[in-house]
Amino acid sequence: MDGPFATAFSLIASGDPALMQIIGLSLRVTLAAVLIACVIGLPLGAALALARFPGRGAVIVVFNALMGLPPVVAGLVVYLLLSRSGPLGSLALLFTPTAMIIAQTVLILPIVVSLTRTVVEDLWAEYQEHLRSLGASRLRAVPTLLWDGRVSLLTGVLAGFGRASAEVGAVLIVGGNIAGHTRTMTTAITLETSRGNLGLAIALGIILLALTLTLNAAAWGAGEWARGRLG
Amino acid sequence: MAQPRRFILSAASSMALFAALPASAQEFITVASTTSTENSGLFGHILPIFQAETGIEVRVVSQGTGQALETGRRGDADVVFVHARAQEEQFVTDGYGVQRFDVMYNDFVIVGPNDDPAGLRDAADAADAMAAIAGAGASFASRGDDSGTHVAEKALWAAAGIEPAGSWYLSTGSGMGATLNTAAQVPAYALTDRGTWLSFDNRAGLEIVFEGDPVLFNPYGIILVNPERHGHVKAAQGQAFIDWIISDTGQAAIADFTVGGEQLFFPDAK
Repeated sequence: MDGPFATAFSLIASGDPALMQIIGLSLRVTLAAVLIACVIGLPLGAALALARFPGRGAVIVVFNALMGLPPVVAGLVVYLLLSRSGPLGSLALLFTPTAMIIAQTVLILPIVVSLTRTVVEDLWAEYQEHLRSLGASRLRAVPTLLWDGRVSLLTGVLAGFGRASAEVGAVLIVGGNIAGHTRTMTTAITLETSRGNLGLAIALGIILLALTLTLNAAAWGAGEWARGRLG
Repeated sequence: MAQPRRFILSAASSMALFAALPASAQEFITVASTTSTENSGLFGHILPIFQAETGIEVRVVSQGTGQALETGRRGDADVVFVHARAQEEQFVTDGYGVQRFDVMYNDFVIVGPNDDPAGLRDAADAADAMAAIAGAGASFASRGDDSGTHVAEKALWAAAGIEPAGSWYLSTGSGMGATLNTAAQVPAYALTDRGTWLSFDNRAGLEIVFEGDPVLFNPYGIILVNPERHGHVKAAQGQAFIDWIISDTGQAAIADFTVGGEQLFFPDAK
C-alpha cells in the first residue's frame, strides 16, 4: 500500500474534480470569513484601542476570552440561530456554505479584534504626540495607525485564517458535510477517519497543510517585500 | 491616506465577490440520514440514479439516528432516512413526520478481537453473547450517542438482563467508524451494522465473532417531514424521493450496491 504522501501526491496529480471542489470550497469559505472578520474587526479593534468609555475593560476581556471559544460551541450557536426552528430560520441558510462562513467569522473575529487592539494601542502610545501635532484626532488617526501596523496585523489575520481553516466542529454542525455542497477538507478528513480510511485521511491532511503553508509563505513574502520597499 | 482607503475598497469588493456564492438553480431536497448509510457508500451509488431520472438533487446530512430525527423535528430536513423503528414511529405519532415506509434492512454483527477472550463464537444467541462479554469483563466499545446502533445495543443488554457499567464498558459518544477505530486499538468488542463493517478498512485484529440472530435485524425507514408543521418542507420533491426509493427501480438500485462483492442492504419495501 502507498504511503500517505504518495496518496496525497497522486490525489493532487489526478486533479480529481471532487477533491478540487472540496479544496475550492474550503478556501472560499475560509477566505470569505477572514475578509469579513477583517472588515469588521480591524476598525472595531482600533476603535477599542483608542476610545475610552465605561465598560471598555470588560469588552476587551470578553473579546480576549472569545479567542478561546470552542468551535463546536460557535457552530452550535450559529446552528440554533439558522435552524428552521430558530430566529433566522426563514433565511434557509442552514447546511449552506454561507452558514459555514458565518460560523467561521464568529471564530476569527475575536482574534482580529484583540490583536488589532494590541497593535494599535502600542502604535498610538508611540506616535500619539506626533499625530496630535499634525492635528489628527483619535478617530482620524485610525487608518494611519492600521496602515502603519499592517505587518503585525497580518500575523493576526493569518492566525485567524489558521484557526478557521483547521477547525472542523463548527462547519460540520452548520454545513452538514454534504457531498459536493458543504464538504470541506476538514470534514472530509473526519469522514474518511470514521470510515477507517486512515491513509486517505492523512493524505487530505497533508494537502491541507501544504495549502496553509503556501498561503503563509505568500503572506510572509508580501510582508517582507512591503517592509523592504516601504518600511 | 490614499493607501488605506484603497485597501478598504479592494477588501470590500473582494468580499462582495465571495458573498455572491453560486446559488444552485437546481431543485434539491435535504435528507437527514445515518452515518451507516453514508459511510458504506450506498448514497454515492443510488443518488446519481435518482437524480438522472428526476433532476432532483439529494443533499444528505449524515448524523446518528437521534440527531437526524432532531434535524427533522426542527424542520432542517425534508426527509429523514434512519434505523430505529420505535423512535421513528414516535416521530410520526408526535406529528413531526407524515408516514413511515419500510425501505431495506441490513443486520448488526458483533465484532471483537480474533482471540475472542469472552468466547462469543460459542454463544447461543445475541443476549447470551452480551452476557458472555459482561461475564468475562471483556472490553466493549459502545457508540453511546443515541444512534440507531446504540439503541439496538441497549435493547440487547436489556434482553441479557445486564446494566452495562464498569471499566470494561467504553462509551465513545461518537460515530460507528470512530467507535470501530477505538475497538480496533483497545482491542474491544463492538456492535456494528454489517455495512459499515464491510467498508471499514482499519480493522487491525478485529473480526466478526457473532452474527445471525434474528434480533440483530436492522430495518431502515424513510419518513417525509410533516409540511403541516414546517411549511417550507419540499413535500412534492421529498415524496418523489420516497416513492422512488420504495419503487422497483429504487429497490433494485439498493440491491445492486455491493462492497467487495457482498450485498450490504436488502430491500424490503411493501
